[in-house]
Amino acid sequence: MGKRIGMEIALAAAEAAALCRPDVIAAYPITPNTHIPEHLSDIVAEGRLDAEYICVESEHSAISACCGASGTGARTFTATSSQGLLYMQEVLPIVSAMRLPVIMAIGNRAVSGPINIWNDHSDIMYQRDTGWVSLFAANGQETVDMMIQAFKIGEHRDVMLPVNINLDGFQLTHVVEPIFMPDQEEVDRFLPPYKPYAQLHPDKPMSMGTLGLPEIFNEAMRAKNEAILQSKKVVLDVWKEWEKQFGRKYEPVESYKTEGAETLLLTMGSMGETAEIAVDELRKDGVPVGLVKLKLWRPFPFEELRKVVKGAKSLAVMDRAVSFGGPGGPVFAEIRSALYDEPKKPRTLNFIIGLGGRDMVVEDFIKMAKKTASTKKLRPEDAYEIYGARE
Amino acid sequence: MTAKKWPETWQEVNPGCMVFRPGSASEYHTGSWRAKRPIWENEKCIKCGVCYIYCPEGCVTEGADGFFEANLDYCKGCGICAHECWPAAIKMVNEED
Amino acid sequence: MLEIRWHGRGGQGAVTSVELLALSAIEEGKYAQGFPSFGPERRGAPVTAFNRVDDKQIKIRSGIYHPDVVVVLDESLVGLVNVAEGLKPTGILIVNTTKTLEQLKKHIRFEGRIATCDATGIAWKELGVPITNTTMLGALVKLTGAVKLESLDSPIKERFGRIAPKNQAAAKRAFEEVKIINEGSK
Repeated sequence: MGKRIGMEIALAAAEAAALCRPDVIAAYPITPNTHIPEHLSDIVAEGRLDAEYICVESEHSAISACCGASGTGARTFTATSSQGLLYMQEVLPIVSAMRLPVIMAIGNRAVSGPINIWNDHSDIMYQRDTGWVSLFAANGQETVDMMIQAFKIGEHRDVMLPVNINLDGFQLTHVVEPIFMPDQEEVDRFLPPYKPYAQLHPDKPMSMGTLGLPEIFNEAMRAKNEAILQSKKVVLDVWKEWEKQFGRKYEPVESYKTEGAETLLLTMGSMGETAEIAVDELRKDGVPVGLVKLKLWRPFPFEELRKVVKGAKSLAVMDRAVSFGGPGGPVFAEIRSALYDEPKKPRTLNFIIGLGGRDMVVEDFIKMAKKTASTKKLRPEDAYEIYGARE
Repeated sequence: MTAKKWPETWQEVNPGCMVFRPGSASEYHTGSWRAKRPIWENEKCIKCGVCYIYCPEGCVTEGADGFFEANLDYCKGCGICAHECWPAAIKMVNEED
Repeated sequence: MLEIRWHGRGGQGAVTSVELLALSAIEEGKYAQGFPSFGPERRGAPVTAFNRVDDKQIKIRSGIYHPDVVVVLDESLVGLVNVAEGLKPTGILIVNTTKTLEQLKKHIRFEGRIATCDATGIAWKELGVPITNTTMLGALVKLTGAVKLESLDSPIKERFGRIAPKNQAAAKRAFEEVKIINEGSK
């Protein structure tokens, strides 16, 4: 039976990954996710996990090693952040194209220029189109739970795709808080051994990572897209199973006090927890505000999003990344697009906040909610602001 | 370029966050949080320069008279100079004293 | 909810203090957060670390700007850093020092409760090293009741193994010896 423990979230993430019995771990440390690969190497060295731990010399090699290992049928895991993730980038779409369920924890950190080791979502937002299933954790418990769920989702025969779990660097990775840590028996019950669709093996020669001529590439892309669309159903099923076994519920889009809300805030990651307090305070003053928390980023949860914003007059999307020269922050642009054809949709505003570790306090969310409540309809290029930039 | 106030507004940030004042890092006085400082006893000093070589901050300088002292703007009081000094001519004393 | 800020120097174990306090609270069935000031730091440089402790789930994830308690592990930081910054007037400042109130008041602008404890002396005696993180935990616990003193035992044991008893002894002495030197106005 699992138990309630106190643990630094990055260490807990490593423990959760270890409980999933990965066969191969190839990782390169980078602040702020360092404790994840480091702790896993301790676990392997202590003999608590029978895995091949490959100390690679870079993140590009880490993902390449994971890709190769996964091709041989090994359950593989890696972790990174920011520049490390960007260094992996050219391999990420290859892993998903090869339909290999590599699992990756990302301690979200700002992408450089200037160099910044602190928390925002720019690193994962560069990976939108890579074809990985993408989950966002808002606290330590969700981090641990999603780590385990990710393996089950990725390895499912209807999915066969890599999955990343996003946890805020420092804001989550370096915080000690209470977590219900499942035990090995519970995880084994939930996550059976990996049965790969195909394995590179000398006894059964085959090729992976092939060339795709114009005659076939189009169809391959269609097939890959269908795969990630199909993964939505598996995510929901896995979450249903999780709730049944562990009692904790997960939804692609979680609502907080959205009943009768005229103004909605939308967040991803741990900022949603602080935003809840802002909603509580506004509600106490009779302001009809609610909060929407996105937990599933890819595949994009169209249905659930449209359902939860129905009836709201205004919606503020909180981004933690800039799409330079684009129609607002990445999440904002996608939300607006998803709502474009709805006959009744809220007026939307976009606040790009918490960049490079800039703190977000309850008062900020209150201010943003109030501004949103009184906003008029704006074009996307006028609707976004980089919140709090001194001028 | 004139010195900027910190923190700047977005309009004041140099393009590319370029820094045009060379050596501006010297304005960060790492000695400001020192708890102990090295004191040289020149009667014992043999002018070997080991303290100068070992200082990790590179803030030990040789005077015209050949004796040494630490630049207290940067000296963090790590005590390596005192530890390495052959004739034990360097004493670490509390800042407050 | 109790919000605590710790002041120390890199290498003095401020981060360990917040971890131990968080773990103790969690063991009691409470909710807690323990986190360092985020970023790289080096030995000797002033650092801060933080705790939140509450009986119900803690949702706030921003920094702590108005702590209820400030603990200073190293008296040389007083005067160097504004240790009382943001400390609630109803809060308490706990300093590892043998200085008197007059001497402290030269550097600290805080009219509320101030308590002191010779944690360095206790640590030298009980641990043989002037690392005061576990010692000051005892002082904190006495003055705030954030957790019971016994609740520190298991996390200290887990963390320090062989030298856990010495750390527990140091914490216990600080628990007994810390004294309020300024009651402060209401």
